Amino acid sequence: MELELRGITKRFPGVVANDNVNLTVRGGEVLALLGENGAGKSTLMNILYGLYRADEGEILIDGETVHFASPRDAIKAGIGMVHQHFMLVPNFSVADNVILGVEPTISLGRINRRSARKRVAQLSRDFGLDLDPDALTETLAVGIQQRIEIVKVLFRDAKVVVFDEPTAVLTPQEIEDFFRIVETLTAAGRGVVFITHKLKEAGRIADRIVVLRRGKTVGEADPKTATPAQLAEMMVGRPVELVVSKTEAEGSTTMLKVSNLAVTDPDGRLLVNHVNLEVRAGEIVGIAGVQGNGQSELVETLVGLRRPIDGTVTLDGADITHLTPRDRHRCGVAHIPEDRQRDGLVSSFSITENLALTGYYEAPLSKGVNMNWEGARTEAERLVRDFDIRTPSTETTTGKLSGGNQQKVIVAREISRPLKLAIASQPTRGVDVGSIEYIHQRLVELRDKGVAVLVVSTELDEIMALSDRILVMFDGDIIADLQRSETSHNDVGLYMAGAKGEHIS
Amino acid sequence: MTAAIASPRPAPDAEPRHSPWPHRWISVRLNALALLTALILSALIIAISDLDKLKHGDVGGMLTNVKDSYIALAKGAFGSLRGFSETVTYATPLIFAGLSVAVAFKAGLFNIGATGQVFAGGLAAVWVGFAIDIPAVPHIILAMAAAAVAGGLWGGLVGLLKARTGAHEVITTIMLNYVASFAVLWLLKTTAFQAHGRSDAVSRDVAKSARLPFLFGFLHRSSIDLRAHFGFVIAIALAVFVWWLLKKSKLGFQFRTLGANPEAARYAGMNPGRLTIGAMLLAGAFAGLGGGSEILGGINQGHATSSFAGNIGFDAIAVALLGRSSPWGTTAAALLFGALQAGGQEMQLQVHVPIDLVLVIRALIVLFVAAPSLTRIIWRLKDSGGEEGAQLFKGWG
Amino acid sequence: MSTPTEVYRDAQLAVGRSLEQIKRSRNLGIVYLILAAITAWRLTSHAGTATFNLSGGHSFGVAATPLAWVVAGSLAVMGGVQLARGLGKWQTAALAAVAVVFIFTLLAWAAAPNSFAFVGMLSQGVTYSAPLIFGAMAGIMCERSGVVNIAIEGLLLSGAFTSALVGSVVNFWVGVGAAMVVAALFAWFLAWLAIRFKVDQVIVGFFINFFVLGLTSFLGNRILAVDEAYNQVRTLVPWKIPGLHSIPVIGPILFEQTIFVYIAFALVAFLAWAFAKTRWGLRTRAIGEHPRAADTLGVNVNQLRYRNVIAAGAVAGFGGSWWTANVGRFNENITNGRGFIALAVVIVGRWSPAGALAGALVFGFFDAMEAKLSFLNTGIPGEFVQMLPYLATIIVVAGFVGRSRAPRAAGQAYDSQ
Repeated sequence: MELELRGITKRFPGVVANDNVNLTVRGGEVLALLGENGAGKSTLMNILYGLYRADEGEILIDGETVHFASPRDAIKAGIGMVHQHFMLVPNFSVADNVILGVEPTISLGRINRRSARKRVAQLSRDFGLDLDPDALTETLAVGIQQRIEIVKVLFRDAKVVVFDEPTAVLTPQEIEDFFRIVETLTAAGRGVVFITHKLKEAGRIADRIVVLRRGKTVGEADPKTATPAQLAEMMVGRPVELVVSKTEAEGSTTMLKVSNLAVTDPDGRLLVNHVNLEVRAGEIVGIAGVQGNGQSELVETLVGLRRPIDGTVTLDGADITHLTPRDRHRCGVAHIPEDRQRDGLVSSFSITENLALTGYYEAPLSKGVNMNWEGARTEAERLVRDFDIRTPSTETTTGKLSGGNQQKVIVAREISRPLKLAIASQPTRGVDVGSIEYIHQRLVELRDKGVAVLVVSTELDEIMALSDRILVMFDGDIIADLQRSETSHNDVGLYMAGAKGEHIS
Repeated sequence: MTAAIASPRPAPDAEPRHSPWPHRWISVRLNALALLTALILSALIIAISDLDKLKHGDVGGMLTNVKDSYIALAKGAFGSLRGFSETVTYATPLIFAGLSVAVAFKAGLFNIGATGQVFAGGLAAVWVGFAIDIPAVPHIILAMAAAAVAGGLWGGLVGLLKARTGAHEVITTIMLNYVASFAVLWLLKTTAFQAHGRSDAVSRDVAKSARLPFLFGFLHRSSIDLRAHFGFVIAIALAVFVWWLLKKSKLGFQFRTLGANPEAARYAGMNPGRLTIGAMLLAGAFAGLGGGSEILGGINQGHATSSFAGNIGFDAIAVALLGRSSPWGTTAAALLFGALQAGGQEMQLQVHVPIDLVLVIRALIVLFVAAPSLTRIIWRLKDSGGEEGAQLFKGWG
Repeated sequence: MSTPTEVYRDAQLAVGRSLEQIKRSRNLGIVYLILAAITAWRLTSHAGTATFNLSGGHSFGVAATPLAWVVAGSLAVMGGVQLARGLGKWQTAALAAVAVVFIFTLLAWAAAPNSFAFVGMLSQGVTYSAPLIFGAMAGIMCERSGVVNIAIEGLLLSGAFTSALVGSVVNFWVGVGAAMVVAALFAWFLAWLAIRFKVDQVIVGFFINFFVLGLTSFLGNRILAVDEAYNQVRTLVPWKIPGLHSIPVIGPILFEQTIFVYIAFALVAFLAWAFAKTRWGLRTRAIGEHPRAADTLGVNVNQLRYRNVIAAGAVAGFGGSWWTANVGRFNENITNGRGFIALAVVIVGRWSPAGALAGALVFGFFDAMEAKLSFLNTGIPGEFVQMLPYLATIIVVAGFVGRSRAPRAAGQAYDSQ
């Protein structure tokens, strides 16, 4: 089967998300669609999948124009999609998630679960996916959940499979497994579209690379000949520094010390398993690890949002284990949360209000029982200037800003005051390259001023670029403590997969 | 889910550019149209529910019916000092309870429990009113303070349950309304409350010193004629307080943050549990003051019966919805509802159209205000965007 | 050699209980101790034998005071165990047992030294539960699809009014049909506003409640009051199911009821089966939990929501005609908040048909018990008994449902763009 997108244009209020995009995929080949966050990749794929309707342009299958009014039409035409955020009902079994929408039924609308289970098991065996049809989805690891998504697509007999940022949640080793699965798919004659912003992966698996920038196709590249620097320039539109420039750390006194810290979930399962770690003033420590290995819970405990069942946290020698988030804020702890939309911002509030969110309780943002909105506005104007937040005014609601600018609002709020410790979770997730560079630079500046910086990221590249020291978390444990200068990408990857290391602390 | 590209300039404001009207006026115009739509639909109901005229196809008679009803309604509400006084009388408890619901809304809480809180406040006020013997001004202050405290505790209980156990306030407030109404029924029959020589649920009368003075007392007309009382002034003062709370105060900023994004509030170091309790305490206190005002002034003539909270709690929800939870919007909505109630009495008396029609009109107004797009379709207005009602309900979890 | 990792794995097993679990367990323990204290303090005061009358002239007697002491003792022990180490997986079963035993003791105390119609009371309770079951099933059908239905009260009331009016003018069953249609129309309106205009579902629900209350009261005064013939329906007589109704105790309780009760039970069984086994059930659960997932798999989310909400309206309309069948006429606000109780039943029953059935039966039972206790003249104010189910709901919601698994998408409009 050959799938072609011709002249696709899609406008949203205020932006053109896709501007005359053209591309073709054939059976048996892997097309990588490369572009940075916000380049319009997901919009394009949602059009292909019938979730959005294009304003202009057409979709052709084997030369014939087709119209997708809904995903149903796309599925019927042989297109399958593995979404970046998995489309799985958490409290369904694997088999139920697979059959949803195309349930095999017997009389009275009853689902034929036996046949469903058999086919799921069969497909899982054929493609080496190793899935239990009866397992409850929410109890499975992310890598396994992705396989459910793949079986869903195969169950519908898709001829072209679209993967939207499939490696974001996987360990380097899981990524290798994933590439093997992709090869099985192409070997079986399926076409694959691989959407990514990761240059190396595009080069590793694709037969052809199409680069998308600001909604436009800016060119096609041959993975065998194109260098990462060339691809990066195509993607961003200007030469990009792939590494953060920084000097050697001058780590001195211990600022943060965590001893024997343990955290459980409501059912009593250990999420953080008696962890020990230290961050010195003037040092960036990166915590690497695949999502869901206890990093989020560790951070929430460090900033006071969770109570540990055991262990202590000291800051600059003082025990802060039982302090509230507010008191830790007072002590000079900054926190850039991992999910800015959910935890970091109130999208219906203005920039001024959002900048006042954590420091509202004291001057100059408030006076006695009253807020000092005059003072807050002056302060906001200063921060908007200092942190290069692109906005028409400080009274614009943050929901209307781009992801990068939203993140800058949070960064500005958190680090523009005297600090001892800054904790940044996924500081650049879903942020454009310009803002990534900017935020990284700010974190390094913070370190140079003598602040202890703890960066948690699932992006190994980010960890490698920023950190002076790298800790790896796996299954609630810290299983490695590595000097940046003495370790490699591959080495950290092995730790992240739990293939190396033991409970070291 | 829109994957908007990172544009160099942020998306323009949703401020409608094609309209010559400022945003606020569009909203006022839409609300006026909502009111008009509700009145037209209600007119239809008046017309066709007269079975005799319907059978005879007497369209003229039906129209006369509608005309007479609405004239009586308007006269009853505004046509005389007495009408105005009645409007204010009915609006007063709705302002209190409406502000209660509105403040809770702002903090992301759905207070269906104003009924129970009105009961709690009224009961406390009536007890202080008859059991304590002190001079007038302190007596009123003490009785109203007791009402605020009792209502606040009743409401705060809901906040406490939510903060401590996650019990959803929609359920606990509904349940506590029933508990309160049965408790009142029982208490009013105990010797501590019951009027001497009565066997039904009626309390003793509060002392003269605890009665709220009549607003138009200086005119020396009969108090049955002009029932509006000082509670209205307290209600307006409360609206000013709520305005200050939400716009100017630190506490109000925290409430608004909690209401708009509870996770962000938690991450920002605010204490969602304490704020939830605080918001419900305040909401309960406001409704409790409403109960006090009803008992010490109001149409209850200084004593409590088993039904003195009436429909105040539910009407308060409509009032807060209509006023979009802003203090002045809520006050205006309460006055509108009060006017409809006062006018409805007159309408029932003069034209024999049951006062229940007022409930229908109120419901329809709430509908058309809550669904501006519906109003716009009916009146074929262009969509100007950005004023859709906020999502109040955030799931049971 | 034992690696440190293994040591900590053991620690993991030893932890086993989170702070939340410990807190919940402690609260329950306190509740049991309070119940024990109440039992010992108040329920030991009536001497003599309480006679529980069963059907067909059978009865059994219980010595009230010794029973109360035994129960108080057991409750105290259970409270202690609960406080000390929790009852683990038996916690819920234990709570149910405690509730049943406590109420039984209360009844024995109230009745002693006389007798009362125990089976009659239970049977009455089942009758009262029917409209709650219909309301709750309507609620579950909506909420499982991701639409919050606060309007159950209004839908029931619209059904009650319509069935009374049409039932009087034509005949009862046509009235029931009309009630289903009218309530379904209101439900459609709820869905339309919530889906097409994305109006907050709770606001629409309240609108329907206000509107139906106003409209039925208005029309009741303006039409039904004009002529008795507009508001007079023959009440439905119970239909004894041959064979089954002669089973001792169970028979008179469950199988000498009106057709409404049987249909209510059948509906619960049907929904429980359909949610678990059918394509409709799978899709409905999917659009209530993760509508976007369902959408990407080609399930038409909003269409299914429309269908389910409208069907739920018909169910509530049917439930509304229970009042007509039982009372024989319509009175202003005849449902008197039953729809809100049904909503509570949905939540207490954790959005499952069987759970809601249990909740509805408990509420129905309390209604019946209140009537009986006031008749027994125990000195407990009737208002207290009436209060009990509401207090119990608060305790259950606070202590057990808590942050439970509601359909995740309930209350949110779905838009594929």
